[in-house]
Amino acid sequence: MLNEEHEALRESVREFARDVVAPVIAKHYDDHTFPYDIVAAMGKMGLFGLPFAEEYGGMGGDYFALCLALEEIARVDSSVAITLEAAVSLGAMPIYRFGTEEQKRRWLPPLLSGEALAGFGLTEPGFGSDAGGTATRAVLDGDEWVINGAKAFITNSGTDITSFVTVTAVTGTRPDGGKELSTIIVPSGTPGFTVAPGYSKVGWCASDTHELSFEDVRVPAENLLGERGRGFAQFLRILDEGRIAIAALAVGLSQGCVDESLRYAQERHAFGQPIAGFQAIQFKIADMEKRAHLSRLAYHDAAAEMLAGRDFKRRAAIAKLYATESAVDNAREATQIHGGYGFMNEFPVARFWRDSKILEIGEGTSEIQRLVIARDLGIA
Amino acid sequence: MNIVVLVKQVPDSGSERGLAGDNTVERQSANNVINEMDEYAIEEALRIQAAEGGEVTILTMGPERAAESIRKALSMGPDKAVHVIDDALHGSCALSTSKVLAAALGTLNPDLVIAGAESTDGRVQVMPHMIAERLGIAALTGARKLTVDGGTLTIERQTEEGYEVVTAATPAVVSVWDTINEPRYPSFKGIMAAKKKPVQTLALADLGIEAGEVGFAGASSEVVEHAKRPPRQGGQKVADDGNGGAALVEFLSSEKFV
Repeated sequence: MLNEEHEALRESVREFARDVVAPVIAKHYDDHTFPYDIVAAMGKMGLFGLPFAEEYGGMGGDYFALCLALEEIARVDSSVAITLEAAVSLGAMPIYRFGTEEQKRRWLPPLLSGEALAGFGLTEPGFGSDAGGTATRAVLDGDEWVINGAKAFITNSGTDITSFVTVTAVTGTRPDGGKELSTIIVPSGTPGFTVAPGYSKVGWCASDTHELSFEDVRVPAENLLGERGRGFAQFLRILDEGRIAIAALAVGLSQGCVDESLRYAQERHAFGQPIAGFQAIQFKIADMEKRAHLSRLAYHDAAAEMLAGRDFKRRAAIAKLYATESAVDNAREATQIHGGYGFMNEFPVARFWRDSKILEIGEGTSEIQRLVIARDLGIA
Repeated sequence: MNIVVLVKQVPDSGSERGLAGDNTVERQSANNVINEMDEYAIEEALRIQAAEGGEVTILTMGPERAAESIRKALSMGPDKAVHVIDDALHGSCALSTSKVLAAALGTLNPDLVIAGAESTDGRVQVMPHMIAERLGIAALTGARKLTVDGGTLTIERQTEEGYEVVTAATPAVVSVWDTINEPRYPSFKGIMAAKKKPVQTLALADLGIEAGEVGFAGASSEVVEHAKRPPRQGGQKVADDGNGGAALVEFLSSEKFV
């Protein structure tokens, strides 16, 4: 099904996840520490540059290649996978898609090599799915933007190597009376830009997530990303693509649940035989494999539509919706198969269970995905 | 510096392995991979190339499917590969394999040949020595560190007690252990580039070697019989009737652990 080079990439990332991520990630997760060593190693093998052109330091691959890498990493751990997903799809991609040539040359190379990370500041404490409700404001004062407001749940926004956050802000009023939204690059360390301490999260405990506040933050006018007033269109495009990436990440988690359950069911004995001998367990695992497989087909299909340049909105929403709900189902069943051990943090399935729920929420909730699908069908 | 890395395709040591009916390593059904130690050899060659310049060539002797491992090796970064492939090579012993590899190296004129210290299938550990002997050049074997200073090579040879410092002038053969570096993972750019890299295939005739000198026909040693490893025996249980400590010490001393 995969071509030769995509298969080779999948194999390379699978080995990386097994040898580099798996041995150390549980400790990072327990300690709530950011795995800088893993990020550096991923940078070395070019994962942060996967879907970008070589002229900016990218690998010359495509978005599907990124999805394959995300799936293989998430099969072992989701904190690392979301760090890569957010770095590429939310951090670098807006600059790559909408930035001026100068902005791309300035900001992209360190992001694509993994030496720096960037955050995407869209969600606010008071507004998530209803992104049109953005309250953060930016006013042009001479040759500087002055930004005031707050952002919430921003991945990769507070690491030691975070170089900037792109922030969506209201910059005026459209002719139709609606808010004019624009996107502005705010470098880390700019006076007035404060990164709150990391959240205490249920899952994704080794990923970096913060609330951000902006008090009279001044950045040069040239930090406007692309055109003024294009903020809405920009983040919709970024979120549409991101859904395919999150679906891939969810497939990895689903498959990881199958991997762990297969192993455990053959080792664990009850009533005189391995529990894999019981139909109750066999059917659970068969259903888990079914969900992982169909989720994979859904994101492969959405990615193919996107790369063919066709409208992929509905397929991306279906892939995200189906893959993430399947991931939650698989994580629940994998935990059930593991019994009491599944509730112990030292078992990978416990991490999978804690990491699965956010997939139905982040980068567009399941409800928003249903809304997107219904709208595309013309009934919403 | 012109560097050649010896790469062997072997059955994955992490999966079920066995011998075929003719007592050679089963390569048809096995999941085949690059011999693990050879990845360290490739990495070392690439690091030297980055510092000294020059070219890195992969040299493999093996059947058609070894081409997969050659492609993977190239995706790590080497410039080109030579694949010695000939039906008559099947059943070759270490001695005749070294003859073929030395002949192929003769066409490449390397300053430095780097090899893994052993393969996970044969585990004979003699190939680097045999090749150096045939080429009449130095063999620096079992390295945990390699330093290149102009035409002088210095290694730290890993031993059970510590290490020995050994030097030689180029050209030379160096074999390495997995303590020498941390091999890179192929990047997508490397994978794409590997598709376009030249792989030259050589048959025995190209090397001036007769079919009768190698393979089963020319083998100096032969596996005449093989058996599966017996299943693991159950451990010894000692019930502690107040003498548990003494029994434990007795066991440890009988096995020479203490």
